[in-house]
Amino acid sequence: MSNGMTPIVKTITGWVKGFILVFGIYIVLYGHLTPGGGFAGGVIIAMTFVLITLAFGKDEALKRFRIGIASELDSVGALMFLVIALLGIAGGLGGTFFTNFIAKSNPGEPYSLMSAGTILLSNIAIALKVGSSLFLVFILLVMTKVLYREPGEKP
Amino acid sequence: MQIIPLFVAIPLGAAFFIPMIGRKNPRLSDTLANITTLALLLMALSVIGKSGVYWMGGWVPRLGVPLGINLVLDPVSVFMLITITLISFLVTVYSIQYMDKFTAKARFYSLFLLMVAGMNGVALTGDLFNLYVFLEIASIASYALVAFGCQHEELEASFKYLILGSVGSTAILFGIGIVYAMTGSLNMAQIANVIGGDLKAIHLFAVALFISGFGLKAALVPFHAWLPDAHPSAPAPISAMLSGVLIKTIGIYALARVMFNVIGLTPLTSYILLVLGTLSMVVGVLLAMGQDDIKRFLAYSSISQVGYVVLAIGIGTRFAIAAGLFHLINHAVFKSLLFLNSGAIEYSTGTRDLNKMGGLRDKMPVTSTTSLIGSMSIAGIPPFSGFWSKLLIIMAAVQAERYGFAAWAAGVSVLTLAAFMRLQRKAFFGEPKEAYADAKEAPASMQVSMVCLAVLCVVMGFLWVPQAKDTLLIPAAKVLQEGLNYASSVLGM
Amino acid sequence: MHYALCLMLFMIGLYGVMVKRNLIKIIISLIIMESAVNLFLVMIGYRKDGIAPIMTKGMEAGTFAARAVDPVPQALVLTAIVIGLGVTAMTIAIAMRLYERYGTYDIKEMRKLKG
Repeated sequence: MSNGMTPIVKTITGWVKGFILVFGIYIVLYGHLTPGGGFAGGVIIAMTFVLITLAFGKDEALKRFRIGIASELDSVGALMFLVIALLGIAGGLGGTFFTNFIAKSNPGEPYSLMSAGTILLSNIAIALKVGSSLFLVFILLVMTKVLYREPGEKP
Repeated sequence: MQIIPLFVAIPLGAAFFIPMIGRKNPRLSDTLANITTLALLLMALSVIGKSGVYWMGGWVPRLGVPLGINLVLDPVSVFMLITITLISFLVTVYSIQYMDKFTAKARFYSLFLLMVAGMNGVALTGDLFNLYVFLEIASIASYALVAFGCQHEELEASFKYLILGSVGSTAILFGIGIVYAMTGSLNMAQIANVIGGDLKAIHLFAVALFISGFGLKAALVPFHAWLPDAHPSAPAPISAMLSGVLIKTIGIYALARVMFNVIGLTPLTSYILLVLGTLSMVVGVLLAMGQDDIKRFLAYSSISQVGYVVLAIGIGTRFAIAAGLFHLINHAVFKSLLFLNSGAIEYSTGTRDLNKMGGLRDKMPVTSTTSLIGSMSIAGIPPFSGFWSKLLIIMAAVQAERYGFAAWAAGVSVLTLAAFMRLQRKAFFGEPKEAYADAKEAPASMQVSMVCLAVLCVVMGFLWVPQAKDTLLIPAAKVLQEGLNYASSVLGM
Repeated sequence: MHYALCLMLFMIGLYGVMVKRNLIKIIISLIIMESAVNLFLVMIGYRKDGIAPIMTKGMEAGTFAARAVDPVPQALVLTAIVIGLGVTAMTIAIAMRLYERYGTYDIKEMRKLKG
């Protein structure tokens, strides 16, 4: 795993990884206008790093996206989503949990990027959460070496 | 009623916040977790007697048809919230010192609060699919908590629990899909409106799926195989949470809510509940009698006591349901107490085997006394709360002319007494064993929590005095008993 | 009719969970059960010649309402898949740990617990 795959795979991965990442970000940002959204986009973003792991080995992927950072982003995404929901109580006109307070005070042009108020922000929060946690799940399962230890042996 | 979503939001936020800042400093995560659960308890006490419907994001129903997701605070939810937050607060107090022997304390609190968030969500939600989501949040957190020690037994028990729990969740999701296909709505009130008590074969299929799914979560007898492994393997505070609150919230409460308020109770389903309840009651106590591991013993006795609650709910009169809910909160208190006692014994002596204990009474006076109170309460000795709730359940069964079931309930109560006398005799009385000559009393935070629960064992008996009964138990029983009127009270408000 | 096939798939998964002895096969059976339910949920929302339930520029509300599929089951399936992912990851992690302890995936050889 540490050496990665053949040069063909490595070269192609080097070409496409940027496009996949940008596509993932596009899906996140335009989630309220086209099919997709925070979850789908977050998965695609995570897949960029999964692809790098598969092609170049886990060390190369961990150089770009360290586990500590992924774990922090995971919590940040969840907290950001919660804060957006709570701001609905504090700043909303209707004043309920999850009120779309930006769209109520400042409705944008329909079908444009800035039209959906908090939905865009929520999508970004979800993308952070999903992208980092999916990457974490994958990389942690890859990193764990499954070895049988005799009862007395220390891990 | 801005407080309603905070019941879910606060523990959820704390669950993600604690591992961010508490990884380096365990004392900080202790403080934060205790403040969170204390705040939840105070919030739950502040909503007694209130009710309300909360529409997320301001999507109120138009023309009586719900558009968005709602949270419903009604007397049953209030009752469940009090049970959950009370036990979780005392358990976090206990964990301060008990969990010191584990390394990842911040993770523990994170998972714990995630479980609390899930259970609060289950108690509050008014949407069938959200019920499933919250149920899974609570379940996944509990799977991880059972495996927390990462030893052979814990992993094995957690795997078993995980597989059976997931089968249960899948069955519930299947049932929800069928209900959605039939009614075109996921809002519980709207479903109740559309079905209106008119059950067809396909609805009964969904009911069967719900009973097996929630039955697996509540460990009713044909579905109980995972519980005696999973509950003892978890760390003691988690055993207390799982046995005391989790199986009741995501099992019994969810089952009762769906059966009574959403689909509507038929004589067949209520008879199934009666039979399942009696079966759990009898089989649980019989299996408990042969156990030598103290926590396995308590786990089997949980199955038996949960049977009482299901039996009472199955009888279906207002009196019986109120008695069942009364027993639910009593059992939450004394079973948590007994599990915390077993944790204290394990903390001091390092064993859970009843045969190796003995004479711990002089060494651990607080643990011993509180455990005696808990045992007397669960066995139904008069001044303690367990006596009143069991008596009321038996009286309700007699009143509803279910004499056979009343006899079973009385018989099981005697068997429980015998089983718990054996526990007391083996663990605390008798000759002191050489091996545990230097066993010490548990640390302060554990003692505080156990003493509080022991006091509650007595105080809870007063829940049936008229004033307390009319604010807490009777309104809750009324909501369940009135069945499909739930729809009009939610959508009309 | 199609729904009966979903039920069959569900039962196949249930059979696997109950009967198989290998941890990995049990996990796969669990995934089959989850897929059966997800398939069922998707099929509830199926509509012949339906379009994606997303309003785009220049579409009339009437035709949209007449042709769009029901978005709720799709949202449900998405959520159910996420939960399934979490559960599966958890199961696999525990299965790996179990292998570390016992050196086998055979459930019959894991006998530390009585039940």
